[in-house]
Amino acid sequence: MTEMSGADMVVQALVDLGVDTVFGYPGGAVLPIYDALFNHPSIKHVLVRHEQAATHAAEGYARSTGKPGVVLVTSGPGATNAVTGITDALLDSIPMVVLTGQVPTTLIGTDAFQECDTVGITRHCTKHNYLVMSPENLGAIMHEAFHIATHGRPGPVVIDIPKNVQVATGNYARPNMIEHVSYRPQYDPDPTDIADAIELIANATRPIFYTGGGVINAGPQASAALREFVAMTGAPITSTLMGLGAYPSTDDKWLGMLGMHGTYESNMAMNKSDLIICVGARFDDRVTGRLDAFAPHSKKIHIDIDRSSINKIVPADIAIVGDAGRCLDALIAKWNSDGRKAKDLSEWMRRIDGWRAARCLDFPESKAADAEIMPQRAVRALYDATRGMDPIVTTEVGQHQMWAAQHFGFDEPNRWLTSGGLGTMGYGFPSAVGAQVANPDRLVICIAGEASVQMNIQEMSTVSQYRLPVKLFILNNEWMGMVRQWQELTYESRYSNSYSDSLPDFVKLADAYGWTGLRIDTLDELDAGIAKMIATPGPVIVDCRVAKLANCFPMIPSGAAHTDMILQSSEVSGTMDDEAKALV
Amino acid sequence: MKITLQAAERHVLAITVTNEAGVLAKITGLFTARGYNIESLTVADITSDHAVSRITIVTNGPPPVIDQIIAQLDRLVPVHKVVDLADQGPHVEREIALVKVAGTGEKRIEALRLADVFRAKVVDTTLESFVFEITGNSDKVDRFIALMRECGLVEVGRTGVVAIARGASAL
Repeated sequence: MTEMSGADMVVQALVDLGVDTVFGYPGGAVLPIYDALFNHPSIKHVLVRHEQAATHAAEGYARSTGKPGVVLVTSGPGATNAVTGITDALLDSIPMVVLTGQVPTTLIGTDAFQECDTVGITRHCTKHNYLVMSPENLGAIMHEAFHIATHGRPGPVVIDIPKNVQVATGNYARPNMIEHVSYRPQYDPDPTDIADAIELIANATRPIFYTGGGVINAGPQASAALREFVAMTGAPITSTLMGLGAYPSTDDKWLGMLGMHGTYESNMAMNKSDLIICVGARFDDRVTGRLDAFAPHSKKIHIDIDRSSINKIVPADIAIVGDAGRCLDALIAKWNSDGRKAKDLSEWMRRIDGWRAARCLDFPESKAADAEIMPQRAVRALYDATRGMDPIVTTEVGQHQMWAAQHFGFDEPNRWLTSGGLGTMGYGFPSAVGAQVANPDRLVICIAGEASVQMNIQEMSTVSQYRLPVKLFILNNEWMGMVRQWQELTYESRYSNSYSDSLPDFVKLADAYGWTGLRIDTLDELDAGIAKMIATPGPVIVDCRVAKLANCFPMIPSGAAHTDMILQSSEVSGTMDDEAKALV
Repeated sequence: MKITLQAAERHVLAITVTNEAGVLAKITGLFTARGYNIESLTVADITSDHAVSRITIVTNGPPPVIDQIIAQLDRLVPVHKVVDLADQGPHVEREIALVKVAGTGEKRIEALRLADVFRAKVVDTTLESFVFEITGNSDKVDRFIALMRECGLVEVGRTGVVAIARGASAL
């Protein structure tokens, strides 16, 4: 027990929790904590230019390291600006702790300057939140918050700390082990469920693994276990957007991503399978397409650490609550102890090869030297140029994000950082900042669209300040491409407000912030431009001009089944009925 | 286009939670955010140290939705336990209503007679009014209030349902 101020307690707890980096922005209600952080020897504070960017940077830090991201912002607008990133972390299960300043307890509820009801506003976009009313509780709350953010299904936790609680003194003690009174997530699966699952897996003739972000969240050992178990069973595997990298894209059992912009082979295989082994995914609407036509002939094994994910959308035949890694370990152990042998799945794999033959990711392009660059080609060129460099890739949200998911291959977890659940434009660039801070020696690339990148473009200044060598690769088609694509699909190409008018000159913008700016206009400049981006030290913007009207295919239109994929733009009709129009 | 809804069932949930600021908002907010129904809700702390509250929620929805409600409640950090009393076998439900009836003459006498039949207690009276206290399951309270409408009902206050499983075992 040591007596100290609340602000010192916050910093001491961060030190005791092993936090090395905080993303934040100061303001009146957090000045005591900022003073305690002044020239701190072990905690690096990264000053962002907007609080939303602090939260996305913390997500990038967390997603690329597996450690919780930490954010420090002031009361009122500081807290409300952080809400989008907090919600993003909730939807994508990213461990994050957000410390917000608050007006002194004596002023709470009086509409004081920069007061907002932070715990009220964040109650439903956090995993849990606290308003600390006394410094005596602050230390314990700090430790409990990190415990909750990182245990079970990870998520964001907000701690709202009134200014007088930061100034007043209380006793701080570092707790040994936290056993929460009510929050006790289940990590180990029920052995009976594991035995039942093995029975189904061993006897399936058309099995498929469908994995998600839960495998990434369970740590690298879960990805290793997944690879081992897939090899044992011989079954093909697909994954959600959030799960890319858990299984190597270069393996022949890998079918690519599934869902709305997934591959034809993965969606067809899901539809025709007789067993789906879902690990750490949640049957999101982007994955299932039309629910009553979703995988109609298959049994479902659903493994998830969050019981509420099971039977939420698709009923499971076998529900296994537990950590993805431990569940996979248990499946492997049971498979071995039962002496199971992989079934001959060659007939199933032959059918899958038939769907692969559709070559759904091919796209029409001209190979002429002065040809316009197809965005898919740009992503593939970037992938080819960075193979062996083990880059971390972040994206914004839209067409470029889907092209990146389709054409950039990932072989290891924690390399792919994207906003899946909330679909937050403005996520990618600050998340690359966070990833680069956490991994200073790695190649970090943000694949962006010219529209999304402007949502947090102010972070160029942060990058300059900390000399972060982030590479910002903009696929510039002068359109909010995904909005325009939907307007073509649904509204007879009435392009309501989807043109990116009055774009900045990104090369000059780079210059203004002390970055290097490059522009790629034609196909013959593509490889050299990418090579120059990689070879240039420090931050680089690449304004890669791509075909303006290219659309992202294949695609399952809203309200359609996996088997009704649009493979090429010639299949687009331009109108939809109201049922489909009402879907997102 | 039409929006179709599935047939609903009535369920009584008993939820124990840490008695801390915001916990009730968290639970009711979950119901609004996810579009679940609350027919009634009661809450009070139930331990001598005031550390734990018991919330009783009467809700309705198709069985998969009820399942989701329980799973969603269960994952909230301050929630200790969620029990669907319908799943636990037979249970007892009670609520209290305070029913104010105003009037004189025959209607006033009839109100008192009916109150006697329902074993409602008179907890306040003036020359032209009664306040009855009635305890029972919701049906009984509903029926009493319906009869009082004919006898000069002017105001009703109800607690909502509290419920507990029959037998020796505890939550």
